[in-house]
Amino acid sequence: MSAEAAIEVVGLAKRYGDLNAVDGIDLRVERGQCVALLGPNGAGKTTTTEILEGYRQRDAGDVHVLGVDPARADRVWRSRIGIVLQQVNDLSDLTVRESLTHFAGYYPNPRSVDEVLDQVGLTAKAGARGRTLSGGQRRRLDVGLGIIGRPDLLFLDEPTTGFDPEARREFWALIETLRSEGATILLTTHYLEEAEALADMVGVINKGRLVAFDRPAELGGRNTGRVRVSWTENGQVHSQETDTPTSLIVELGDRFGGEVPNLAVVRPTLEDMYLGLVDEPGKEVRRP
Amino acid sequence: MSTSGPRPPGTLSIGVSRIGIELKQLFRDREAAVFTLALPMLLMVVFGSVFGNQDLGDGSGITFAQYFVAGMIASGIVYTSFQNLAIGIPQERDEGALKRLEGTPMPKGAYFIGKVGQVCVVYVIQLFLLMLIGIALFGVEVPSTPQKWAALVWLSVLGLTTWTLLGLAFSSVPKSGKGASAIVTPVILVLQFTSGVFFLFSELPRWMQQFASLFPLKWLTQGMRYVFLPEGAAAAEVAGSFEMQRVAMVLLVWTVLSAFLAWGFFRWRRRGDG
Repeated sequence: MSAEAAIEVVGLAKRYGDLNAVDGIDLRVERGQCVALLGPNGAGKTTTTEILEGYRQRDAGDVHVLGVDPARADRVWRSRIGIVLQQVNDLSDLTVRESLTHFAGYYPNPRSVDEVLDQVGLTAKAGARGRTLSGGQRRRLDVGLGIIGRPDLLFLDEPTTGFDPEARREFWALIETLRSEGATILLTTHYLEEAEALADMVGVINKGRLVAFDRPAELGGRNTGRVRVSWTENGQVHSQETDTPTSLIVELGDRFGGEVPNLAVVRPTLEDMYLGLVDEPGKEVRRP
Repeated sequence: MSTSGPRPPGTLSIGVSRIGIELKQLFRDREAAVFTLALPMLLMVVFGSVFGNQDLGDGSGITFAQYFVAGMIASGIVYTSFQNLAIGIPQERDEGALKRLEGTPMPKGAYFIGKVGQVCVVYVIQLFLLMLIGIALFGVEVPSTPQKWAALVWLSVLGLTTWTLLGLAFSSVPKSGKGASAIVTPVILVLQFTSGVFFLFSELPRWMQQFASLFPLKWLTQGMRYVFLPEGAAAAEVAGSFEMQRVAMVLLVWTVLSAFLAWGFFRWRRRGDG
């Protein structure tokens, strides 16, 4: 095996009573990669992430995060990872600067507070109490607290749930900046666009298993799968699925003797592939 | 398995910085500040004014206001430590504050240093204010001998230790932060009613006295009467004296017991979360 991976998981399993919440997951995240985990609610995303973060104990499998078993995490290891949890709503009586300054004191080599304020776009809000921040600003503070310790690996658990589209775009830009600085990121999300925009690799978790793990453009054979070609003929819309779109178009071109009316070639979207991979189509996918 | 890399700052220095953060958070949270700090002062002024000059009628020459001030100072220990923690920590747990801390390299001991420091600072402020009110309005005397001052110190130390540990243990009882005060406040009220804070202890039914004697507030209240009331007040006690040795013994036993309770019951996360 090449250089040590940031995250290496083999045969991970976790049971709650009769439920196999995580049922044999293998996962490898290289250093500097951004990996997104997608999946329906209850599929095992958060359980998997929380095992990697050292919050939960596993029942089986080998897990190495930055070379260490998170079940035996110590403070030095903790100082090398950053965690952005979902649904935290604390620190409402402290200012943004006070929170960042205080948390910086937990780490051996923290970033400067001003630098982080600038990075997460909260410089103008540095003196504002937590309770006065908007949802998007709160999440930025959470990310700021996640990166204040200069982590080698950052966990983001559904970071943009409840964001409006503009806030989401801004948040993506922030993650892009962190990526360009070489951070390794493991992200869980409900939003396919988010995975597509941010991730080098996308994993789909369903019923406790990793059912696909690939580049977003290639997930589930998206790049090689059947393509839908549609056109208008005699006032009616026609469409056809094919593995050989080019020859179909050549054939259509011959038939029409030139331009084909309303010609469109559509490859399956990430959403199409995702819905094919998880069981309940349409149910768990939220569009921003 | 240990990781290589620079060591994070030490427990003590992080703990001290947590004391500052805890105090800021408490004083800026109006509800918590009122419940912890202002409530006992308010109760003292109201109760003291209503019953103030009534003589206890037992020949000791003590007014009810004086008796009540001692009980309120003992209750102040319970408010600043037990009530503060048993209501505040479930809220922190609900908000995800504790889970966030668990995910950082903060040593867990630093969290407890922060809480203990916060409790001590708030208690000292409260004690000062309650004594001021008691002396200015209700004819309570400044402790008159070094022995009484020493008793105030050890009663405060043992009382705060016990009730802080009990607060940590009890913080696991409320299911949510929202419902915490509905569970914690009645517990304190029952103890106050039976321990001789609002009523003359010697006039309570025997079973109530026996019930209260099982818990530390009764003994703290008794000890505080030794500190703040004149010598003649001992006649108003059930035993005819303040039983300071017994007070110390019971509080010591409770300190040990509450340490086990805190150790066994304190939890970082909500039930069902990991």
